[in-house]
Amino acid sequence: MTRRTAAFGAVVVLVTAGMTAYALSAIAENDRRTSQATDATTTSLAQVEEGPRILFQHTGRDADYGHVGAVALADPGGARALTDLSCDRVYAQAKSVSCLTTERGVVSRYRATDLTTSTPGTEWREVDGIDLPGLPSRTRISPDGKLVSSTVFVNGDSYMVSGFSTRTVVRRIGGASYGDLEKFELVVDGRRVSPVDRNIWGVTFADDDRTFYATVATGGRTYLARGDLSARSLTTIADHVECPSLSPDGTRIAFKEAVEDGTRWAPAVLDLATGRRTVLAGETHSIDDQIEWLDDDTVLYGLEREDEPVSDVWSLDTSASAKPRVLISEAASPAVLR
Amino acid sequence: MYLSLSDRPTTSAGPQRTGGRVSRTVITLGIVSMLTDISSESVSAILPLYLTAVVGLSPVAYGLIDGLYQGVSSLVRIAAGWAADRTDRPQPVALAGYAMSAVARLGLIFAGGFGTISAAISLDRVGKGVRTAPRDAMIAATSDPARLGRSFGVHRALDTIGATLGPLLAFVILWRIADGYDTVLVVSLGFAVLGVATMAFFVPFRTGAVRRDVRRAGPRRTPRAKMRWRAALTPGLTRVTAVSGVLALLTVGDGFVYLALLETGGFAAQWFPVLYVGTNLAYLALAVPMGRLADRVGRVKVLVLGHLPLAAAYLCAASGSGALWTTCAAVLLLGVFYAATDGTLAAVAGRLVPETVRATGIATAQTAVALARLVAATGFGLLWYAVGPRVAMLAVCVVLVAAIPAGLAVLRRFLGSERSGAEIATEVHP
Repeated sequence: MTRRTAAFGAVVVLVTAGMTAYALSAIAENDRRTSQATDATTTSLAQVEEGPRILFQHTGRDADYGHVGAVALADPGGARALTDLSCDRVYAQAKSVSCLTTERGVVSRYRATDLTTSTPGTEWREVDGIDLPGLPSRTRISPDGKLVSSTVFVNGDSYMVSGFSTRTVVRRIGGASYGDLEKFELVVDGRRVSPVDRNIWGVTFADDDRTFYATVATGGRTYLARGDLSARSLTTIADHVECPSLSPDGTRIAFKEAVEDGTRWAPAVLDLATGRRTVLAGETHSIDDQIEWLDDDTVLYGLEREDEPVSDVWSLDTSASAKPRVLISEAASPAVLR
Repeated sequence: MYLSLSDRPTTSAGPQRTGGRVSRTVITLGIVSMLTDISSESVSAILPLYLTAVVGLSPVAYGLIDGLYQGVSSLVRIAAGWAADRTDRPQPVALAGYAMSAVARLGLIFAGGFGTISAAISLDRVGKGVRTAPRDAMIAATSDPARLGRSFGVHRALDTIGATLGPLLAFVILWRIADGYDTVLVVSLGFAVLGVATMAFFVPFRTGAVRRDVRRAGPRRTPRAKMRWRAALTPGLTRVTAVSGVLALLTVGDGFVYLALLETGGFAAQWFPVLYVGTNLAYLALAVPMGRLADRVGRVKVLVLGHLPLAAAYLCAASGSGALWTTCAAVLLLGVFYAATDGTLAAVAGRLVPETVRATGIATAQTAVALARLVAATGFGLLWYAVGPRVAMLAVCVVLVAAIPAGLAVLRRFLGSERSGAEIATEVHP
């Protein structure tokens, strides 16, 4: 054996040992975590479903990680009910729940499932669903629980072409699909256009089962667009808006706005009647969630902790200098069910 | 004086006419590519999930990073080829490229924000751009010229094995460890380091260097004539690059073919990624047979006619029959196209220039094709929206079928199997 071969052998042994040791410790940590019961105080779903509640994704590093949970709106920091339903993204309105999932594999499969929570405390029942063409990103349900939207990332061409693309679909639960929103007529700044590079994501529904708002990106800019399901059209009404969320009274849009050269997203609120914007500067972290309204003056969003891979749901008053606070710890994807 | 007028290998890697076997250096370079591809493709497989789910990037930021991932490598390729020729040492240049990607993996493990992740991914792609042409030049330099196509076929087959194993490895890790992204990144770094080590230990520093008889005359190297990029632009290379570039303008990108198949209802959306895997497997299975075929009937011929299966794939996508067999046929035909053209382009380009500028010549042809494909993708996107997928596919198919005989006519002088290299060199510098 030459010295060269010996040196190479040493490198192989070192690298292989390093990789194996890391993987084994990760497996041990994973197994410890997934067999451990949650630290949070828990209660039964029947208890929580009696009144107004907040649905969310549990993010505690334990056996219930990723499962959908619920807390009473009156006591969000209190006991939580945990279900067996596991989702990447979850949202609920009225009696409908939308759950986007990834079935990981050499070829991952993605699915949107619609469930109903009709009788308090009983198992949620699957009522509808579709296969998704990519990675789950956003989902929203209309206030009456009849319409559902889902946004996914569509993977591009692995050989050459830049692949960033979203696909957003709106469906009537248990009924027909309105299809891909990119196929809707698009009016940007008053002109009808059909750009190749358009991407649409982050839908929020008004309460008339027809009007919705969404982000439209084209030509390197993002716009807030008002959509009309009957006319199959999207019309931009403001720019520099991402992931809109309509307030319960329908007068304001909460969204995230790129600041500091697009490396941070700040929460902001737009008054639809006056066009006045308020950046909620009290939150200094980057928000990458579709904001949810707790009530007409308070917004909610999930935010990952800096030191560990656990999210918490924060609440923030919509005045410019309000300070955020943790509303539900170990939680993400909040949805308020009144 | 530096021309090789015969087909005898004139490299310092030694006489490697070992019967019908592919040279050891080609196998070693193939293993290096395999290890590196296991590393890069395992990361590619998890990158969208990792960036959006764990790092928490929004769609736009993810899109920017994805663009970087695709675009950066073309830019540095010619520069690296030129550096390899200029120093007369492709090995250290290629090694530097592999090392950059390994460092980028390390960076990705510690990166947490948009800036650091972009930097790590750019470095990885720069590394890919740096290593490709010098590596192909070494394959050309250490191969029996009569079996060049097969050498490239063997290399690309090993490379594709890595590209297939990488995602599989990532899947196994994520299946066992729910949030095992860190483990995927660490294992990926390990494979990258093994690739660099294999390269450093088993591909000699002098591989691919041009041996000059003058060197034996004295202890010191004779100063070389100043190397110019123009030396690589022989009429042969210019023509092959032009023809390949024009054909690449008619290459719409696999994604569009798959999307057209999807729109005509040939399969359910969740099977979309399987098409990439299928194309890869077809490429893997056919790389060596296609290389051998190229050696026998002529590499230039295979390079140009290799676009016929591509045209046939477009026809399948445009047919709109929605039948399963058209989908399978399209995937297979794309694999045939890559097997017939990818390694063959490097093999042809490497033989059409004097060996002192081989890496530059290969890089020039590869960059032209890569840039033409980027243009093609954008243009085809517009066509798609203007006339719809089926008409657009059919239009490109018709133009491509017309362009193939034109390409053959332009390159008719180079269609013989074994004549190209020596003939062109003689023609340029009689």
